[in-house]
Amino acid sequence: MKVWLSQDAAARALGAEAVAAALTAEAARRGVALDLVRTGSHGMVWLEPLVEVQGPAGRLAFGPMTPADVPALFDAPAAHPRALGETLALPWMRRQTRLTFARCGMTDPLDLGAYEAAGGLAGLRRALAMPPAEVVQAVTESGLRGRGGAGFPTGIKWRTAAGASAPQKHIVCNADEGDSGTFADRMLIEGDPFCLIEGMAIAGHAVGATRGWVYLRSEYPDAIRTLARALGIARDMGLLGPRVLGHGPAFDIELRVGAGAYVCGEETSLLNSIEGRRPVVRAKPPLPAHEGLFGQPTVVNNVLTLASVPVILAEGPAFWRDFGIGRSRGTIPLQIAGNVRRGGLFEAAFGLTLGEIVDDIAGGTASGRPVKAVQVGGPLGAYFPRALFGTPFGYEEFAARGGLIGHAGIVLFDDSADMLALARFAMEFCALESCGKCTPCRIGAVRGVETLDRIARGDAAARPLLEELCETMKFGSLCALGGFTPYPVTSAMTHFPDDFARPREAAA
Amino acid sequence: MSPDDGTFDARLRGLLAEHAGRDGPLLPILQAVQAEWGHVPRAALPAIAAALNLSRAEVHGVLSFYHDFREAPAGRRVVKLCRAEACQAMGAEALGAQARARLGIGWGETTADGAITLDPVFCLGLCACGPAALVDGQPVGRLDAARLDAILAGAAP
Ligand SMILES: Cc1cc2nc3c(=O)[nH]c(=O)nc-3n(C[C@H](O)[C@H](O)[C@H](O)COP(=O)(O)O)c2cc1C
Ligand code: FES
Repeated sequence: MKVWLSQDAAARALGAEAVAAALTAEAARRGVALDLVRTGSHGMVWLEPLVEVQGPAGRLAFGPMTPADVPALFDAPAAHPRALGETLALPWMRRQTRLTFARCGMTDPLDLGAYEAAGGLAGLRRALAMPPAEVVQAVTESGLRGRGGAGFPTGIKWRTAAGASAPQKHIVCNADEGDSGTFADRMLIEGDPFCLIEGMAIAGHAVGATRGWVYLRSEYPDAIRTLARALGIARDMGLLGPRVLGHGPAFDIELRVGAGAYVCGEETSLLNSIEGRRPVVRAKPPLPAHEGLFGQPTVVNNVLTLASVPVILAEGPAFWRDFGIGRSRGTIPLQIAGNVRRGGLFEAAFGLTLGEIVDDIAGGTASGRPVKAVQVGGPLGAYFPRALFGTPFGYEEFAARGGLIGHAGIVLFDDSADMLALARFAMEFCALESCGKCTPCRIGAVRGVETLDRIARGDAAARPLLEELCETMKFGSLCALGGFTPYPVTSAMTHFPDDFARPREAAA
Repeated sequence: MSPDDGTFDARLRGLLAEHAGRDGPLLPILQAVQAEWGHVPRAALPAIAAALNLSRAEVHGVLSFYHDFREAPAGRRVVKLCRAEACQAMGAEALGAQARARLGIGWGETTADGAITLDPVFCLGLCACGPAALVDGQPVGRLDAARLDAILAGAAP
């Protein structure tokens, strides 16, 4: 019997290991030969642990599974109370355009043969047959923009690094994924790590870099384990090493693990962290593409940016560019989280409205109560009220409504959410994680917490102070930590004024 | 607990040798030291600084920046509770209060008997199945009060 079960950390967090043990035990008890493939996750987190069994036409999905549900799977799968039907025919799967996550959930993440059979390495092969400048051109034409948050055009960044002449250049993958509500980098690394490795090798060829680095956060032990093993396999199989795929340029990747500092996701702080310096943010210029890691030209890209490159090379830039809206081209892996009925990863062309995502795809809240606010883009992103649910998912579209899409995390809150408390948390988090180099961020965030406490005590005079403080942080901070923390704060104040209009309590 | 059981210097030297010749070795060295002794003993700093040609202040400046490094060993079990927004939306703040009250410690502290360390963490990438925790490195999702009590009482995650 052929069975697939995710070993993604979210599936494990919901009991996948106990289900795996039950599958093995039940098969042994019945004398059934079990071929259990541990995969990444399809992204339907509310259905994890999701078990798939080979059916006549395709894989049949069952979930969420518990060990007690396992024996019935061996009797009459079609009549199983947790039977969901064919995996790829489920509405959540059918409605997606899985380009970056095409293989995630389908294959054993560490099976390089299966990776290739499912379309892997085609992009790298094509890239190696092209002069580097043409690879850069293809990425430029695709319209791909950085998925780490700032949305900078990837082709332009690569062209700058390619144009810099230096004996050593670097490709640095930013896998620090510190934003609450985001987990796509983790899922990709745990579920399809060769895709990231392939994307980095293409980037190395394109800009003339032979050294790659992945900076992966320590909060992701499962991803660290999987990527370390994938890198070893990639070296053994000649995907990485002195000649990529046996005939390409040299390229190898070193894994670096973070140490629990949100600001290390900021690219210059990240470079300092790798170098072993105190990871404060560097002033720009110089751009990392000119003077980055160890002072050498460096491309810093997010995991999803790099993992989107193989399909762009394999299918051509027009294929990617034809998805999306406005200046937001291709697909975006949405991560739907928080108080949500159907949470998980949903990859779609840019352009769905926030309302379609929240109400239709996610099905509203887990608590069944009304959605009060949705934070888009992590802890530095704005809180959106229902009145703005018509906003189409795109960089410029969100910016026009005082928000940002960031790393595409979408966090739902029901009507029990206290927006003043959330605004206070944003300031508290900024104060805790500030690298301390610039005053607006370091001091401003501490003042922000104090000022919000005053508002909470009913001191209406503190409100203009907070607004002024937010302006100072926005325009005076060195990086987006201090610069964007005002987004959640002011959006909460603007859209949910009732939560800030507290009756004056007895002075504390 | 003194790290100096007679083998300290030799183990540290071995560890430094393993990282010799590496670019940007300080962070991996500090991580290796913590993996070896469960914390970064102050006594290790002079040798690290000397090996990397850095001042002790520079090493300390790096060490003190990161939340992960410990000045004293953690408890026998480490429970990391997520406090970030998506988990807050599912009631993480109440769980944090419950854990602190039950253990009688604050965030980042270890119980007096050395049984449990309670660390705050800001996102584990388990945001679609929060509230989330990492219990001795094992991911836990949809944490509730009963399950948290069981974990704090010593049950496996
Ligand atoms: C405080 C802060 C945290 C950040 N965290 C991340 C992160 O975790 N991952 C990431 O890819 N980019 C993060 N960024 C953005 C990076 O600085 C940088 O723009 C990005 O890695 C560039 O890659 P991209 O062009 O592929 O998006 C952060 C920025 C700031 C200011
Ligand atoms: S916010 Fe708690 S796991 Fe992401």
